Amino acid sequence: MTEGTTNPEANRPTNRLSYLRVFATFARNSLVRDMMFRANFVIEAVSSIAWSIMNVGFYWIIFEHTNSIGAQTGWGRSEFFIFMGTTWIINSLVQAFFMPNSEEFSELIRTGGLDFALLKPIDTQFLISLRKVNWSSLINLVVGAVLIGLSIYDLSHRAESPWRFEPFILILYPFYICCGVAVLYSLMICLAATSVWLGRNQTLYDFWFYITNFSRYPMEIYSRGWGLPLYFIFTFVIPVLVVVNVPARLLAQPLTPRADWEWPLAGFTIVATIASLLFSRWVFNRSLLAYRSASS
Amino acid sequence: MSDVAAYEPPPSKPLGLGARLHCWWTIFRIALEERLAYRGDFALGTLMRFLPVITQIFLWWAIFESVSGGSDSGRMVGYSFHDMIAYYLLSMLGRAFSSMPGLASNVSKQIRDGEIKKYLIQPIDMIGFLWLARAAHKVAYYTVSTLPFALLFFLCRGYFTQGWPDPSVLLAFVISLLLAFALGFLMDLCIGLIGFWFLEVSSLLFVYMLLNFFLSGHMFPLDLLPSPWNEIVQFLPFKYLAYFPAAVFLGKVPADQLWFEIGLEFAWLIVLIVAARVLYARGLRRYSGYGG
Repeated sequence: MTEGTTNPEANRPTNRLSYLRVFATFARNSLVRDMMFRANFVIEAVSSIAWSIMNVGFYWIIFEHTNSIGAQTGWGRSEFFIFMGTTWIINSLVQAFFMPNSEEFSELIRTGGLDFALLKPIDTQFLISLRKVNWSSLINLVVGAVLIGLSIYDLSHRAESPWRFEPFILILYPFYICCGVAVLYSLMICLAATSVWLGRNQTLYDFWFYITNFSRYPMEIYSRGWGLPLYFIFTFVIPVLVVVNVPARLLAQPLTPRADWEWPLAGFTIVATIASLLFSRWVFNRSLLAYRSASS
Repeated sequence: MSDVAAYEPPPSKPLGLGARLHCWWTIFRIALEERLAYRGDFALGTLMRFLPVITQIFLWWAIFESVSGGSDSGRMVGYSFHDMIAYYLLSMLGRAFSSMPGLASNVSKQIRDGEIKKYLIQPIDMIGFLWLARAAHKVAYYTVSTLPFALLFFLCRGYFTQGWPDPSVLLAFVISLLLAFALGFLMDLCIGLIGFWFLEVSSLLFVYMLLNFFLSGHMFPLDLLPSPWNEIVQFLPFKYLAYFPAAVFLGKVPADQLWFEIGLEFAWLIVLIVAARVLYARGLRRYSGYGG
């Protein structure tokens, strides 16, 4: 930040461009840090690839015994692998950008280190949420993309109703990935912010994992019997079900022609994303109001 | 000078059984109290861990729906939908006995840091100490998690379509759970003891965890594996950690083979005890006690 010394005004990130520059600095610093421990980086990459392969193996075995998850849902092997790849992409983005920071946020509240973040002339939520980037988590994004690529190749070469390319997917898929990441981020920052009221909240992190666990499978599996309340809660109250389902459905086309509820759901996802972000902003600000600097 | 000789600590004469039992009981009690200090967090954590059960139930429900074409009679290598959920719950119980979080990494860390010196200068056997500490942790875990587990099994009682098994099968089930604890402990310990040679075992541990997760039957009944593999896993000790107890309870192990299988498990126990002892004795010979 040497250029800042010549012009003090440039040091104050008041416009969007400077926020981008601050983020770029955060990202660069984290990359430099990660590259200091290169062997560790490689080990993490190899282990996440190994876990992914094991997951594929698990479902490969399942699909040896059945041809789809749920009758008439269209989630056959390749379609489901697209779903799984989408899950990995979204999770890896959340883990790379937000997970280490949210973890640190509750730690900052507990130790009173949040004081220093509050003093900085920058939006506190921005600073808290994006301070670190965990680059090695992005490996799973690549693994997910490869899995999706292979599955699409497989689907477009099958005899009956092959996968066909629709140009709008190039825009909608990344867009809904971002929506999904935003919903999960909101959930995570809300949970982290509760540590202002609760003190230590290790179990809340488990809670986060177990809630997002619901998002990992096609939402149709819950739409029966006593699953219906869950289906509605996790769609309309805590919208984790739309996170993976919407982009994965749009890309994988499990049903041809598309189910009639697909587009309304996609529309709802936009509303849910905006609502989640606003809600998390509100919770975050409330938590800052309730924050009493500790042990300083 | 003869007075000084009188102060010689007892190790010259072997410890009496009473003293030894007292020592074991003390180790056990300390570890138990250490664990029960966080019982609230513990019980809540256990309840949380049951949330994925819901997802699993719906996932298998959907999978079986397309196996059977809508009817309830669909089977997958002899497992009905209800069996599959019962299997999943029982394998969770097995894992509660056999999983040893942090054991291997702790052992290798103590070797690396030179912390195991404390076992060498005290009249305490390291393997015995770790064993008792783990047993105490597990007992603490069961006292706290019995209620959540009982609630879970009560809510899911409908999935156990065959009801309670015969008393002899039930006995075999209990034995297999206890052996699952012993085998899980020894396998993790052996991985940790390899730290005498490699110092850093985390990547080895990762490979072990991966194999364990897949081959213990934690994710699915091992019968689901394709042809050569379902034979191979029967000869590995991993299956005793989750698959075997569940299979025993569900009557998947034929009655005439049941006790033979339990005997095999005992054989594995002896093999692993010998392996751990040999690794420890050989390792100590290499050990040079850095740090500490």
